[in-house]
Amino acid sequence: MQQFLTTALNGLTQGMIFAAFALALVLIWRSTRIVNFAQAPMAMITVYVALVIIDAGYSYWLGFAAALLSGLLLGAVVERVAIRPVEDKPHINAVILTLGLFIVLHALAAVIFGSRYRSFPAPFGLSGFKVGDMNIALTGFGVFSILAVLAVMLLLVLLFRFTNVGLMMRASAFNQEVARLLGVRVTRMLTQGWALAAMVGSLSGLLIAGGNLVHPAYMDSVVVFGFVAAVLGGLDSPIGAVVGGLILGLSLSFVSGYIGSEVVALAALVILMVVLLLRPGGLFSHAPARRV
Amino acid sequence: MTEFAQRIWSSTLARHVLLAAAGLVAVILVLESTSAFRNGQFAVMAYMGIAAGGLTVLTGLNGQLSLGHGAFMAIGAYTTALLLSDWDSAPPLLVVLLAATLVTLVIGAGVGVAAARLHGPYIAGATLALAIAVPGIALYFQGTLGGEQGLTVAVPAVPDWFADVAYFITGNDISSSKYVAYIGWISLIVTFVLLANLSRSRVGRTWRAVRDDDVAAELAGINLGRARVLAFVVSTACAGLAGAVLALAVRLAAPSGFTLVLSLALLSAVVLGGLGSLLGALVGAALLTFLPQVVTGIGLDAGLSDLQAAELAPLVYGLTTMLVVILAPAGIVGTARIAWRKRRAHT
Repeated sequence: MQQFLTTALNGLTQGMIFAAFALALVLIWRSTRIVNFAQAPMAMITVYVALVIIDAGYSYWLGFAAALLSGLLLGAVVERVAIRPVEDKPHINAVILTLGLFIVLHALAAVIFGSRYRSFPAPFGLSGFKVGDMNIALTGFGVFSILAVLAVMLLLVLLFRFTNVGLMMRASAFNQEVARLLGVRVTRMLTQGWALAAMVGSLSGLLIAGGNLVHPAYMDSVVVFGFVAAVLGGLDSPIGAVVGGLILGLSLSFVSGYIGSEVVALAALVILMVVLLLRPGGLFSHAPARRV
Repeated sequence: MTEFAQRIWSSTLARHVLLAAAGLVAVILVLESTSAFRNGQFAVMAYMGIAAGGLTVLTGLNGQLSLGHGAFMAIGAYTTALLLSDWDSAPPLLVVLLAATLVTLVIGAGVGVAAARLHGPYIAGATLALAIAVPGIALYFQGTLGGEQGLTVAVPAVPDWFADVAYFITGNDISSSKYVAYIGWISLIVTFVLLANLSRSRVGRTWRAVRDDDVAAELAGINLGRARVLAFVVSTACAGLAGAVLALAVRLAAPSGFTLVLSLALLSAVVLGGLGSLLGALVGAALLTFLPQVVTGIGLDAGLSDLQAAELAPLVYGLTTMLVVILAPAGIVGTARIAWRKRRAHT
């Protein structure tokens, strides 16, 4: 019972983080029809920015904010410099481009920040709460992670539902041509979309890093987990991404707890294949429209 | 006489066999005139070239992207390591190479059947998951697959007949590392002749048709799924053979050798050389093999530490990959070919 509860709670925390990462992928997919495989290294770079600031003696929260801001900036720069030229080319070009960016950011982080393992602090306790004589696996930082992801989701919903900018972003994601005719500056919206997505990705990077070791490759497997979560939800639906993240987090946590942590990535692969073969459009898909 | 030469040249098979023979002569000249260290590097280039050749056929001719070729190389390498675990009971090397290719081919067929139903980013994501997942299998089955340390490979002694032939042709005695380099390059030449013939054949035309317009291809009576699976299977078989040569060259099959970085490096080799071109795959493999040394040297001179300088090579080829995709999507060989054709059209 104790182990079951521990595994479930760990899975919940992890699932929320995957959900944030998947959400970042979905934001970009909706606006530009590109899966940003460089999302994880982008987040990793911003986490290093935070680490440098914290190691210099400033508070955790200053580093936290700096990481989110640099995520915003990095996303905009990447869209402007790298993605814009291939936006109307075959999709394989964009995929290869984000993979090239993956390699570049990896190497850049190792050159600038070094490739050794460095510990990243957490602002809250890392030991579980005690209820009676039972030790609950939910940590202070875990609660913070869940709340932070929930807050970001709420903000995104508010942005897209109730603001003018959100409406314009949705319009340009829905149909670029029509949005442009209606006076929306689509290219600016795309840049904003990438910036926003990179910031959400950077949040998930910070949450994974908290209380753990950081090195240039620490987010690599998260690319896969985030992608699987996004595909579970259908790549197109933000709510799907969140649900997909939770399902994946819980399943992987049980695989890790009861079978072994080595096969977690394999389990993710199996889940991905099963979903793609049974419901290629994800769990929340509608019947596909004609594709010619 | 020239007419006879032209007739031979216009026959695809004869042309490829002639090119292969010329390639073999070049390989012998290069391997005999370089040091043992360079021989080792050429062995690396050989296995990178084989894997890149397979990948370029898949991505360039069929339009499928695989980020999991490192994982397929791992399967080939582990098969080789299991077969060559001790000196006495080891089967002949040719059998080992074929077995590694076959085992990878069978697993590749399984993945290919699933992947053929996917398209675009889905197939990229699925193969990416494969690249991350496969090293974990070696860690999980620690008993048979050696866990983190991996399996050592006992490279068989140079067979007498091979040493005799080599001595007869070159007049030099053959060392073990040179033997492995020869194995690698002979495998590469055989693979490339087969791939070149395949891409010139009906099968290759089918693959290109599927790549360019799948709806039109289907209307023309092509079975899309079969074409995609076949391309995937051929490509993974190459990766398996490359993994076998890798195991021989490195004398070790360990999870750390098959990280995501390997798969991505292969992809950038293929893109740099030019998608769909076997010559491009070879150029890309040469870049991956020899560029790191040069760039690392420059980095050390500029005052970076060893670890930092070692990361400069991926930085350079990652940046070049991005630039190639943005500025010259045809790659090095493709761009050169286009420029040559333009010049010829002018004169």
